[in-house]
Amino acid sequence: MADTAPTARPRSPLEYAADRLAAVTRSSGGVVRLAEVPFLAQVNVRLDAKSPAADAVGLALGLPLPLEPNTVVRAGESTVMWLGPDEWLVVGPPGAQTGLEGRIRAAAGDEHVSVTDVSAQRTTLLVTGPRARDLLAHGCALDLHPSAFGPGRCAQTTLARAHVILVARDESRAGFWILVRSSFAGYLTEWLLDAAVEYG
Amino acid sequence: MLLISCPWCGPRDESEFHYGGQAHVPYPEDPTALSDEEWARYLFFRANPKGPFAERWTHAAGCRTWFNAVRDTSTNEILAVYRAGEERPETAEPRPTTARRAAAVPARPAIEGKAPSEPRGVLAAEPPARLASQPHRLAAGGRIDRATPLTFTFDGTEYQGYRGDTLASALLANGVVAAATGIRLGRPRGIFSAGVEEPNAVVQIEAPFPEPMLPAPAVELYDGLVASSLPGQGRLAGEPDPARYDAVHAHCDLLVVGAGPAGLAAAAAAAHSGARVILADDQPEPGGSLLGTGEHLDWVEATHARLEAAPEVRVLVRTTVFGHYDDNHVLAVERRTNHLGADVPANVSRERVWRIRARRVVLATGAHERSLAFGDNDRPGVMLAASARTYLHRYAVVPGRHAVVFTTNDSAYAAALDLAAAGVDIEAIVDTRPEPGQWAERARSAGIEVLAGHAVTGTRGTRRLTAATVAPYDQHATGQREFAVDLLLVSAGWNPVAHLFSQAGGKLRYDDVLGAFVPDHCRQAVEVAGGANGTFGLAAVLAQGAAAGARAVEAEGYTAEAPALPAVAAPPYTPPMQVFTVPSATGAPRFVDLQRDVTVDDLARATGAGLHSVEHTKRYTTAGTASDQGRTGGVLASGVVAELLGVDISALGLPTFRPPYTPVSFATLAGRDRGALHDPIRTTALHGWHVEHGALFEDVGQWKRPWYYPRGGEDRESAVLRECRAAREGVAFMDASTLGKIDVQGPDAARFLDLLYTNMMSTLKTGMIRYGVMCRPDGMVFDDGTVIRLAQDRFLVTTTTGNAAAVLDWMEEWLQTEWPDLRVHCTSVTEQWATVALVGPESRAVLGSLAPRLAVANDDFPFMAWRDTTVAGIEARVCRISFSGELAYEINVSPWHARALWEALDEAGAPYGITPYGTETMHVLRAEKGYPIVGQDTDGTVTPQDLGMGWAVSKKKRDFIGKRSHARADAVRPDRKHLVALLPDDSRVLLPEGTQLVAESELPAPPVPMLGHVTSSYRSAALDRTFALALVKGGRDRIGERLYAPVGDRLFPVTVASPVLYDPEGARRDG
Repeated sequence: MADTAPTARPRSPLEYAADRLAAVTRSSGGVVRLAEVPFLAQVNVRLDAKSPAADAVGLALGLPLPLEPNTVVRAGESTVMWLGPDEWLVVGPPGAQTGLEGRIRAAAGDEHVSVTDVSAQRTTLLVTGPRARDLLAHGCALDLHPSAFGPGRCAQTTLARAHVILVARDESRAGFWILVRSSFAGYLTEWLLDAAVEYG
Repeated sequence: MLLISCPWCGPRDESEFHYGGQAHVPYPEDPTALSDEEWARYLFFRANPKGPFAERWTHAAGCRTWFNAVRDTSTNEILAVYRAGEERPETAEPRPTTARRAAAVPARPAIEGKAPSEPRGVLAAEPPARLASQPHRLAAGGRIDRATPLTFTFDGTEYQGYRGDTLASALLANGVVAAATGIRLGRPRGIFSAGVEEPNAVVQIEAPFPEPMLPAPAVELYDGLVASSLPGQGRLAGEPDPARYDAVHAHCDLLVVGAGPAGLAAAAAAAHSGARVILADDQPEPGGSLLGTGEHLDWVEATHARLEAAPEVRVLVRTTVFGHYDDNHVLAVERRTNHLGADVPANVSRERVWRIRARRVVLATGAHERSLAFGDNDRPGVMLAASARTYLHRYAVVPGRHAVVFTTNDSAYAAALDLAAAGVDIEAIVDTRPEPGQWAERARSAGIEVLAGHAVTGTRGTRRLTAATVAPYDQHATGQREFAVDLLLVSAGWNPVAHLFSQAGGKLRYDDVLGAFVPDHCRQAVEVAGGANGTFGLAAVLAQGAAAGARAVEAEGYTAEAPALPAVAAPPYTPPMQVFTVPSATGAPRFVDLQRDVTVDDLARATGAGLHSVEHTKRYTTAGTASDQGRTGGVLASGVVAELLGVDISALGLPTFRPPYTPVSFATLAGRDRGALHDPIRTTALHGWHVEHGALFEDVGQWKRPWYYPRGGEDRESAVLRECRAAREGVAFMDASTLGKIDVQGPDAARFLDLLYTNMMSTLKTGMIRYGVMCRPDGMVFDDGTVIRLAQDRFLVTTTTGNAAAVLDWMEEWLQTEWPDLRVHCTSVTEQWATVALVGPESRAVLGSLAPRLAVANDDFPFMAWRDTTVAGIEARVCRISFSGELAYEINVSPWHARALWEALDEAGAPYGITPYGTETMHVLRAEKGYPIVGQDTDGTVTPQDLGMGWAVSKKKRDFIGKRSHARADAVRPDRKHLVALLPDDSRVLLPEGTQLVAESELPAPPVPMLGHVTSSYRSAALDRTFALALVKGGRDRIGERLYAPVGDRLFPVTVASPVLYDPEGARRDG
């Protein structure tokens, strides 16, 4: 979908919960911080990692597609996450989706690639604070210890009962991104708010 | 939970994967060339070997990749994983078993230091002083906090205790021994032990929150506790539990279970290696058996401090490890606030389930002392010897004044000597061994009579023990003596706590010298140390624990250190004697399982009835099935059955240990997954509007969909009739965002969809839409929806709401495992779009007013076409499709703008009386047109032809999934069930969905021939009557026939009709 200016202000999936998310920072004394990062540009890319398109797309984006499973490559405002052996998610600032989609298609040329704008498919929750890892451990079976899931790691997994893409951000203090399907975002928010009660 | 190694993502929990059946069963090259039998073999026949089996899995919650695994079907061990398309690996060896480690120090009888450790008491001229307020509490000693007295109530009487007490120790301090009555015979029962093994003193907590069936020795005392004794069964609370319960996942290199001497030594060896270590113990403080013997507590404290200071070590107290599953997945429950009584912070969970995944596990779970079966061995005042010693050292409680000690081994002597030093009058030590050795000499020199080769044969007393009868073990009829006592301490040996080892798949073996079942070997990375391993002597226990901890972290690549261990003197040792029963001259009951009231006679009835397996005698008598799971009585039951059968106990074995080790409440297991968090609730971008406008919701999968929107006190029937009328006569709109949407891209996309759908998709023109049906290979309908051609190499597929994920998985499965050469990719875009269905004769006018750039006339924008445009200024894709037979559009926009679109439609449609409608109206409208709903009108046994959709099944395509099955003899039977409509003769009768259909107006004698059943049933506003859809044998050939629908005790006549009841000529579609 083209991101031309609509007549009405866009509404993010968790707009209604912004105040409650912000309240956790206060009630927990800052050990847990929760916020929605809405409207990020998200473009799903599928191509054969061995095809010339992989390098070409990497060049066009200014950052190589990560080939190591469950890792992230970041440059400037763009992040590319490994989702599968032939699947990546390119994340950029709000509004960048059309540009990203066009650049990737152009770079791939005649090679077979699949490029899909999925910016509204998921929204992003930011979980930070010294107890962020403990908070997620209530519902995530992955080992989130920095030695196992440090900066640059990502994973598709289950948090509570929702499928998510979990990203360890650049520094351990920067916490985690949780990308969650928009329809599950309300459930996951209620779950996170309830989990945060323990830290309040 | 298994840990499955995804070839891409590495080890993940089994729950992230879906199973895909046998691997290397390729889809036949040319299904049409196969006979029915060959095709059926492909469809339905799979190997089912015991042992290694190649099978398909998909990492469904991760990278969504399909791969193959070789799994041993008898052990569940995954022997290899490999990528789809790769050859099965040649050899796949199971992982080696962890063999039992020999004790580092020669065997001596002190399990976890509990048994023959040195007695600590010294006989003084004067017995130690006691408290006046708590007559059995010594004035000094113990690990209780005397500065914090606590008040509690038991059976209506108020008592005092101290912080650090258990309910059992506080009751004993106040002279209360009897704390329950037996479940079957109603006999009074006393506190029998000092731990979770307690079979007798199982109590009901009344306040602050009711909780049934807690063993009193495991209940930490708190101020205001109210408890009562139980007649063997508890009472569930009637009101909801207000407490929070939660769960947390944890990972470690080494999990040590039990913080007694072995466990502390193991953790200490690993603590500063850099390895991540978890030490879990069920008591409020580490120390294990040392807390009960009072030995080396300074070492315990120093080690605990070192562990707490180590950065990667976590010490969990009050934490019971209750389940040991595959791949060292270990569950524990931490009791976090119970001991605080009323002072509980509201935001802290009461109990927490720890879901621990450990690379290695050291089980240092100690041992439980066991009893033996003699006459009237259940009276209050009969107690395990080491437990009495624990009450003395840990709680400064002497549980009686005059005692006989009855033993078969050395361990009870230390208890006797310590209790004697504490002022208990030890009348005699009765030892079944003819030559009890050095310990007997020690006791005699302390002035205690030792009766070697004797046994206790009976007891007397009602509410409490008053006497014990003793006789020579071999000739109990002669030489009887009676001792007036209020305490009878018993020790018949020690059972290693091998529950977790056994749960982990470990095998036990019987140790003749020990007289106990001990761990032997295990296929998991588990070691057992200390008493749990049947290891004797505190020095050996400590050394073994340290060695096990060191081996574990070194196996993970860390360097262990030798921990500081206390110097321990070796006590004297005489081998124990194995005694399970003492004959009873009087025929008094000899209890084997105290909690279930099972006696030797009960077991004799079981063996007399021909049962010769402990699994069978357990079920026949219930021995070992109570909440204590036979911790004290289990081995005894096996021993008794072995005696009755005249076989060796080693040949008989033990019943299987199963989780949980101790009872865990459902509330704890449920944790936070209850109420609104019980299952995810999926909502659309328009959910808020629906809520604000009074919609009632229907659950469709995990989605909340508006069901109908009652106005001004309407009931469902009138609301739905109103909504239906608006859609048929004016204009109505519905949130259809929940439909699954999949973006299919690639040069081979059309070819792929031709294989997937029964109809031809490659001939669809860009800009147009086609309805399609998908079948499983067995030819049965799997899903349906529309296919939009966006470009030559790009389609947008919609699925039913509930099947969105399944269809995407289905596509990936075929692409990855059967057709990897097809250049196609599928991406879910379900939530990328919000979809509004705009329905009714006035829908064109409403859309036209909001989409000035869109030519809405029928010739410009025909049925089954789509257009990109703007609606209300919002970028939109508008599709002319109809699920109601009316002129209708589906408007797709970004969900970020969905509410703006919806409100614009509401406003623009107001002059036409636009009406929001829900799923119920949608169902009525589609049923009036005979459109089936997959999953409601189909059930996995219905072909497209059965639905009357032969038109959607291509005859031109060489193949598609399901095609070959449609030619099977069974698929072309004339008496297959067809989808038809039913019109009840009485137009007001609404047939319940599921109603069966019969041919006769009177029910014949059973079996009644059934002709089919009702799948959907509604009231129609348009038809002004009720109607139903039904699957009926040969239904299309019965149109016009009368059938009967039995409802309750009535038979309603119905007439079979074509499923298209409304506008059969399709005149309304174009407005």
